[in-house]
Amino acid sequence: MTGPAIQALLSHWRTHPLQLVTLLTGIALATCLWSAVQAINAEARASYARASAQLATGQLDELRNPGGYITLEQYAELRLAGWQVAAVLEGPLRVGNRRVRLMGVDMLAYPALPAITEIEQGTSPPDPSEVLTAPGRLLMSPDLVHLFLSADRFPPVIESTALPPDLVLTDIGVAERLLNRSGQISRLVILPQQPRALPPLASIAPGLQRIAPSAQMDTAQLTDSFHLNLTAFGLLSFAVGLFIVHGTVGLAFAQRRGMIRTLRALGLPLRRLVWLILGELLSIALIGGLLGLALGYILAAALLPDVAATLRGLYGAPIDGQMSLRPQWIAAGLAMTLFGTLAASGHALWRLSRMPILAGPGLQAWGSQNSARLTGVIGLGLIAAGIVLSFSAKGLLAGFGLLAGLLTGAALTLPFLLSTILNLFARQARSPVSQWIWADMRAQLPGLSLALMALLLALATNIGVGTMVSSFRLTFTGWLDQRLTSELYVTAKDDAQAAQITAWLSPQVSAVLPIRSTELAHETGPLFLYGIIDDDTYRQHWPLIAQGPDVWNHVLQRGAVLINEQLARRADLWPGDTMTITPGHTLPIAGVYSDYGNPTGQAIVAMPMLEEITPGTATRRFGIRITPERASDLAQSLRDQFDLPPAAVVHQAAMKAQSLAIFEKTFVVTSALNVLTLGVAGFAILTSLLTLWTQRLPQVAPVWALGLTRAQLARFELVRSVLLAALTACLALPLGLVLAWVLLTVVNVQAFGWRLPMHLFPGDWLVLLLLTLLAAFLAASLPAWRLLRLPPAALLRVFADER
Amino acid sequence: MNAKAFILFLLLPVTSWAQGYAGLGSSAAGFDRPVTGYEFQFPRDHGPHPAYRIEWWYLTANLTGADGLEYGIQWTLFRSALKPFESDGWQSPQIWMGHAALTTPETHHFAERLSRGGIGQAGVTAQPFNAWIDEWKMQGDIADTLSLTANGQTFGYDLTLQAQGPLVFHGDAGYSVKSADGQASYYYSQPFYSVDGTLHLPDREVAVTGQGWLDREWSSQPLAEDQSGWDWFSLSFDSGDKLMAFRLRGARGDFTAATWISADGQTESLPDGTLILTPLETEHVAQRDVPVEWNVQLPDRGIDLDVAALNSEAWMGTRFEYWEGPITFTGSHTGRGYLEMTGY
Repeated sequence: MTGPAIQALLSHWRTHPLQLVTLLTGIALATCLWSAVQAINAEARASYARASAQLATGQLDELRNPGGYITLEQYAELRLAGWQVAAVLEGPLRVGNRRVRLMGVDMLAYPALPAITEIEQGTSPPDPSEVLTAPGRLLMSPDLVHLFLSADRFPPVIESTALPPDLVLTDIGVAERLLNRSGQISRLVILPQQPRALPPLASIAPGLQRIAPSAQMDTAQLTDSFHLNLTAFGLLSFAVGLFIVHGTVGLAFAQRRGMIRTLRALGLPLRRLVWLILGELLSIALIGGLLGLALGYILAAALLPDVAATLRGLYGAPIDGQMSLRPQWIAAGLAMTLFGTLAASGHALWRLSRMPILAGPGLQAWGSQNSARLTGVIGLGLIAAGIVLSFSAKGLLAGFGLLAGLLTGAALTLPFLLSTILNLFARQARSPVSQWIWADMRAQLPGLSLALMALLLALATNIGVGTMVSSFRLTFTGWLDQRLTSELYVTAKDDAQAAQITAWLSPQVSAVLPIRSTELAHETGPLFLYGIIDDDTYRQHWPLIAQGPDVWNHVLQRGAVLINEQLARRADLWPGDTMTITPGHTLPIAGVYSDYGNPTGQAIVAMPMLEEITPGTATRRFGIRITPERASDLAQSLRDQFDLPPAAVVHQAAMKAQSLAIFEKTFVVTSALNVLTLGVAGFAILTSLLTLWTQRLPQVAPVWALGLTRAQLARFELVRSVLLAALTACLALPLGLVLAWVLLTVVNVQAFGWRLPMHLFPGDWLVLLLLTLLAAFLAASLPAWRLLRLPPAALLRVFADER
Repeated sequence: MNAKAFILFLLLPVTSWAQGYAGLGSSAAGFDRPVTGYEFQFPRDHGPHPAYRIEWWYLTANLTGADGLEYGIQWTLFRSALKPFESDGWQSPQIWMGHAALTTPETHHFAERLSRGGIGQAGVTAQPFNAWIDEWKMQGDIADTLSLTANGQTFGYDLTLQAQGPLVFHGDAGYSVKSADGQASYYYSQPFYSVDGTLHLPDREVAVTGQGWLDREWSSQPLAEDQSGWDWFSLSFDSGDKLMAFRLRGARGDFTAATWISADGQTESLPDGTLILTPLETEHVAQRDVPVEWNVQLPDRGIDLDVAALNSEAWMGTRFEYWEGPITFTGSHTGRGYLEMTGY
């Protein structure tokens, strides 16, 4: 009996190949998006872990100076007291247009690094005197080498595959020269073996702070929010994909009612039938899941370079654009698919198992008005829970908790809201046909509600994320205009050349603005301290979001400091507070400026103050103020005069274009996922309508018999679908705006450290609405077309058939 | 491979044993070479000589504890120059390496430190005399009183040394030839220290007294290319006389030299071939066979000694590994001393 039963079950798919394709597509889509996001996250995390292992970070305690750098004297003092510590000096290094991280370690004391081992075991290990004495050697991954070979101010390069991308390793003696931070140490690694009779740290280095590995800010922590973001998107897509599965499985069961009745009447035990169908579902899930994994892998590989660029740009995270296939990823993806498929078809299976022998399973997915009311109440509860969570918890999780509560809660209340609205319309309806249309729509609602929920979620996400990205873009562009005011930006080869360039430029231009910065270790993480000179450019254009009275005179003449928004929010420092930059320098905060370029803390002081805090910081970069027409000529003569490479003199416009390109890359993934979710939702409507189609005939036939033509009925079919979609879209708009608000004021502040003003884009909503209506129209056109082409005999048969 | 291996590679420009132990046989391009007739000037020459490739301040002591047990300690500061000059900051080409050991009849503890010059973490000043790396120190006056301290993870010592005799110069007035080809070093000693102080053992503190011996040596290429290691003895006879004796083992044959130091500090240099060293017993230490009992003969002086290690496990498992430990001897004379064996 089992063999023929299997054959009978499979015959359904042979006669309904489109349904099989739909089911497989639903499963594959759900798996694809979810696993693509997982693959990207796994790849990024693996990169961080690899980098940590390659640099032996996060394993040992460290000493840092909360107010700045550690001096060579402090290091020697610790050593002379017996403390076994290894010095590290780190900082950003600009090579052409690229910024890489230079890590200088004391090669004699630092724990073993894979890169060093690799080079040491290589065919021609360098002479130690070359590594330890001037000019020294730079160790880097092969893809960085060409950058350094074309610039002539760097020591010779040694390739190593055992180093993270964007990191250059060298001896600390070389690093202090390249970073121009002579005698400074960023952090001291406390080595595992310490001698007996050590004096307590507090008596030797009272100013230094001992930090356990767990408390060290690592890349994984920094980027957590970003990955959580991606995961949330993946999960949303997964849920939407499952709506398709639910719809298709429901349809297949409805169409197989007769077959199931026959099989059972022939003596197939119910239990075995359930097992067979379960097996069938799992097989299909497996095939769809594998397909989805393959697609997900391709998608992830396509998106990864952009994600990598974003993570590198925003967080300086060491990640390369290479994908690798991980067995855990396959296993987790398949498990998720199987679980999801079962969850999506559980309802249908459950009904099958409880079915009287001669009845077929019905299709009432979301039952009556009562159950709509019940889900509505549950939905309201979820919304309330989300709001409570956002008040009681802190951080990114609270933000996402609020979002999850709002979205699922709103989705669950949708059927109730729609049915209430339809009721209202039905009461207004006067003609019998319109009364029938409203009533019919309400009757269809339970079967369509899941698809409409998917649509609601997709639309709300689209509006929310779209508003966030567009608000960000608008703010960012305006900020760039304020921030990048110099017409030209020049990078000199060395200090001497910098001085020559300044001297040469001064008589020719309105102003030469030195860009001088130094990296300090602050208690909130790395802090970049910039020095500025008194110039109208700053006074007029610098984008301040909070300021005390007479802010610029305070900064430029009375030793106050400006800090960026990230730092202000992280440390809760605002104008009127003071900030300890180094132990000897506690400065009043005069203002807070917006800074969308990076997540790290930044502060600005007057140039003499910078010189006092960190004497001898190099000035190799300049902004040049000049009438815009003369900029190109001046750029060319600068290059000729000082033999500068093209990348060393950059136009304002090029700089802006570059910044905007990075910005766009940041949201490539977001937009891609956005579009895909909407597509999936449209598909879900199609499958739901196709499912309902089988139920339609008994409902449509009497209306047809009463005199409505098939063409009219087909039109009503289209109108109904479009109307429901339009109603859903109207409900999605406020939800989307709430979503945008949460993203801008909670999630962004947590993830990036800045809070953006919210702008509204009604034009975008209109486009989205039209797209939705189009999707609904397309989804309904297949059933409508079928209705149009339906032989009258089929309609007549409804009355003849005993169902 | 590990950090140690890298450091080895750092300190060994050419990592080949054919170049002699610890790179001591590699070429001396750019560095000064010892010459005969050098006039030592003190305290200047107690300080470092950066123009020479390698130099050390090497102190060993045989001690007796208040508990009646025999102990030995070693305190060594090596200087190895990557380039023949000194400069301030991290890029100083002077590399400093400290070795400390404490040997009991049962246990052997050792520790190692590494630093570069130019940053204040390690170095030697002649006036006032101070040799240090991290918290390890030998300071005071070589000709008078020195304080000595070192610590490992589980051991340490704080000792005071009192010079009881003059400096002595090896070879030709301090020009000590190391091979038939003429490789040489400047080499003088203060073998007449009386010592007292405290040893910090993992489980106890021990008050000790005894005798100490400081060696000062610098060169740029002290070994010939074929020489792979040496056996070096410092012997203090119960009579008050002393003997410094070494053998350099080379592919082309051994090279020996010795200095007889009488109790009043008079020296006699004994040329290659005078000294006869015969290993009697080897012990398997650190995966190799190391001779821990020797017969030492100076037939001209009627000296025939049987030397035995206090603790045959006195292996220094440092970046350059070697055996270094206290010894006692019997035979024609009795006494104690220190033995260093490299290249095994």
